[in-house]
Amino acid sequence: MYSKGLAPLAAATVVTVTAALSMVFFYAPNDADQGFVQKIFYVHVPMAIVALCGFIAGGVFAIRHLRSGDSSWDLRSYVAIHMSIILGVGVLVTGAIWAKASWGHWWVWDEPVLVSFLVVFLLYCVYYPLRFSIEDPGRQARYSSVFAIAAGAFVPLNFVAVRLAEAYTHPRVLSQTGGSMPGDMRLTFLVSIAGMALLFVTLWKLELTAKHASMQLKRLRNRARVAA
Amino acid sequence: MPALPLDEAGKYVAASYVVFVALILIYVAIIGAKIARIERQISELVEDDE
Repeated sequence: MYSKGLAPLAAATVVTVTAALSMVFFYAPNDADQGFVQKIFYVHVPMAIVALCGFIAGGVFAIRHLRSGDSSWDLRSYVAIHMSIILGVGVLVTGAIWAKASWGHWWVWDEPVLVSFLVVFLLYCVYYPLRFSIEDPGRQARYSSVFAIAAGAFVPLNFVAVRLAEAYTHPRVLSQTGGSMPGDMRLTFLVSIAGMALLFVTLWKLELTAKHASMQLKRLRNRARVAA
Repeated sequence: MPALPLDEAGKYVAASYVVFVALILIYVAIIGAKIARIERQISELVEDDE
């Protein structure tokens, strides 16, 4: 059910991620301002973008769950949020490393992009205790979906709020004019985003497949127990 | 701050990519263990049925 197309997707992910890494270290030039340390950008920013999109996707799947009552959409929403939390950990750690290399500090509290991502991350950390504190599967799915929709709506609002903030110190990479990146850097960045997005979808499908197989197995065991 | 020299910057860049790869590897290892457990339980179920 969920494993359909997983093998070609995994192959495409391996090819794209390999191409992205090769381009980062052998094609994209060093940044004139930050030098070699700017290479962190190609892993940190795509991870952040894909994590935020994953949170929004979790909200969209939750809407479909509440509209249809089909629990498979709740499972999709849960796994998307779970994957985004994992990427979120990566974003925070690589962001701290980049901040230390660029600014001399592991964390800068007056930087709106960093702090807003931390706020979103902490908001989604609440999802787990909320979900697993409810035993009834139907209520668990409904309450989790309501949370996923509310939090998913907060993500773009938070992004707009940061854009409207006046104090910018973090490098702007996505603007209406396409940012100030030269063509080879932009191409590397786009391939990195594609690789990260493919990696996200592949791991999402893999976890969905594992969770679905586990649920099917539980059903079979219950049936066998009743038959015995 | 001025750009860090290559030997200094290299440590930070390597650390960032190691964090990314480690996260993915740990995740895949956990999912792999989960799938191995499911496979084992299916085998047990089939043995019980026979």
